[in-house]
Amino acid sequence: MINANSPIILSIKNLTAEVAGTQILNGLNLEIKAGEIHAIMGPNGSGKSTLSKVLAGHPAYTVTGGEVTFQGQNLFDLEPEERARSGVFLAFQYPLEIPGVSNLDFLRVAYNSRQKHQGKEELDAFDFDELVQERLDIVKMNPAFLSRSVNEGFSGGEKKRNEILQMALLEPTLAILDETDSGLDIDALKIVANGVNQLANAHNCMLVITHYQRLLEYIVPDFVHVMAHGQIITSGGKELALELEAKGYDWIETAAA
Amino acid sequence: MTITIPNRDNYLAKLLTTVSKQATADWLIALRNQSTAFLQEETIPNAKDEEWRFTSLKGLLAQDFALPSGKAPADLQPVPGRLVFVDGVYAPQLSQPAKSAGLFVGDLSAAIEQKPTITEYLGKQPGGEEIFTALNTSGFNDAAVIWVEGDIAEPVHLLFFGTGASSINQPRVLVVAAKNSRSTIIEEYVSSNGIQFTNSVTEISVAPNACVNHIRLQEESPEAFHIGKTAISQAQDSQYHGYAINLGGKLARHHWEMYQTGKQTDTTLNGLDLIAGEQVADTHSKIALNHPHGQTNQLHKSVVTGKAHAIFSGKVLVPQGAQQTNAAQLSRTLLLSPKARVDTKPQLEITADDVKCSHGATVSQLSDDELFYLQSRGLGIDISRTLLVNAFAIEVIENLPVLAIRDRLISAVRNFQL
Repeated sequence: MINANSPIILSIKNLTAEVAGTQILNGLNLEIKAGEIHAIMGPNGSGKSTLSKVLAGHPAYTVTGGEVTFQGQNLFDLEPEERARSGVFLAFQYPLEIPGVSNLDFLRVAYNSRQKHQGKEELDAFDFDELVQERLDIVKMNPAFLSRSVNEGFSGGEKKRNEILQMALLEPTLAILDETDSGLDIDALKIVANGVNQLANAHNCMLVITHYQRLLEYIVPDFVHVMAHGQIITSGGKELALELEAKGYDWIETAAA
Repeated sequence: MTITIPNRDNYLAKLLTTVSKQATADWLIALRNQSTAFLQEETIPNAKDEEWRFTSLKGLLAQDFALPSGKAPADLQPVPGRLVFVDGVYAPQLSQPAKSAGLFVGDLSAAIEQKPTITEYLGKQPGGEEIFTALNTSGFNDAAVIWVEGDIAEPVHLLFFGTGASSINQPRVLVVAAKNSRSTIIEEYVSSNGIQFTNSVTEISVAPNACVNHIRLQEESPEAFHIGKTAISQAQDSQYHGYAINLGGKLARHHWEMYQTGKQTDTTLNGLDLIAGEQVADTHSKIALNHPHGQTNQLHKSVVTGKAHAIFSGKVLVPQGAQQTNAAQLSRTLLLSPKARVDTKPQLEITADDVKCSHGATVSQLSDDELFYLQSRGLGIDISRTLLVNAFAIEVIENLPVLAIRDRLISAVRNFQL
């Protein structure tokens, strides 16, 4: 939903970053306003996942230049947990399994840390249970998964649903979905996409990173960006995704060269 | 100023003089004399001894220990179901033993009076020739005796309080679990601040088809030396489910031994160390199978931070007579600081040819990726670390049969200095 008067949520200017001494992002620019859904596509190794990790604050990635503001604030002034509490959410490409940590407890601690930051009421186990039961419906998740350890023994689809459930509870201002579609069958993909669509509104924004056009049939973007060599090399509307699908990434790289 | 160099030969003789006790019953005098005579030929082990390779006793040798005061702390109050032993000696005014049909709990003199067959059990477990076990046998002052016939639902809680002040105390426990009986025993060690040496021995005899749940909790002062032995014999169709938790002590060593005397026994040994600073926690276990269809499951976990040092050496012996054994052993360590250390040695000795046995060891640190995942959901770094440490430790304590102790341990994990 494009509205020229919407406030800017995320502004990335000339961002460069490296991991283990190798530069991956080479001067990336992007601006996202409230209400917008942006998709980033690109071949493997183009830096899509690196961008998502840098925005969320993964310690293995080092920002070497440029600036990122989130709702007017320098994002890099914030620790990963402060970014999350402020409303940045990353749905992981590979959600981690954490044996021994109950999913329900984890969700509640996460929810309450966001509530506390916003000056809202923290929920006790009883009230939180009620809330989570209601949100489960967004991703059609079996309540049995709440009493298990975080993602332990979950299938690929269940892990991704659990990510979207977390998103539904944390109600982020900026949601970054890192290849949330990869490894999902079409039914799971529809459920996850439907969950995301229910959560999108005029006050938040989404950055959907994907390798395949298929996801964008279900989460319809306002903008599509193509990444290569750590930069956005071209941008367009949703039709760009279809063009990419038809012609392949080689076409865009040749065109940009 | 002169510096005394500890003399290994004299040290044991001196300790023996300190702890020597005059017993009354003939059989007890004989038992003590036998241990004393054995010790006169021995010296304190050093690093050349394979069983003590990683655990230095130098700190112990540098101390002079006297007999303890036996004076109970003023704030220790009686709790229903709990017996208190101060410096190894029964303190009836601080104790409130449970009364159930089929259950005897009491001190040594009451046991000798009411359970004359005690002579067949006390000092009769194999492994009595281990030096510290023999030292205890030659000089224990009293004993906690638990005799179970029938199904006892409420746990029997033994609290051993050491009064410190450079003293040695030698608690002794005897558990006789009669045929078809069922019981839960909590053996807890605490001490006042200061240096002391606790040298404890627990003997547990599990008769056919009996079940013993045993929780051993060591939470003495961070300056204490604690050397403990738990020797169990398991008859046919019996179950022993043990939990040994090491939280305290400067040097804490636990010998944990199970001797199988009949077929189809079920044995669980769950160990957990939470150590920091310069603490040393050492577990040496031995599971000696000798009959078919035995099932044993051992899980030992150590959480080590600061400059602390965990040691695990676990033997499982599966000789020809122990066909159809199903034995699993796993040692897992979480090192939380660069100077934390572990030496782990899981060992299987199998000569039987139709068995299912596994063993292994892992040593790890907290995963940066797991920490980041938790942080990315708004959890602070400290709570994230605590959650992951808790997740590591919980496997050992989640099935602990006494809720109050389980909750206490969960909060010990939560408050553990990371």
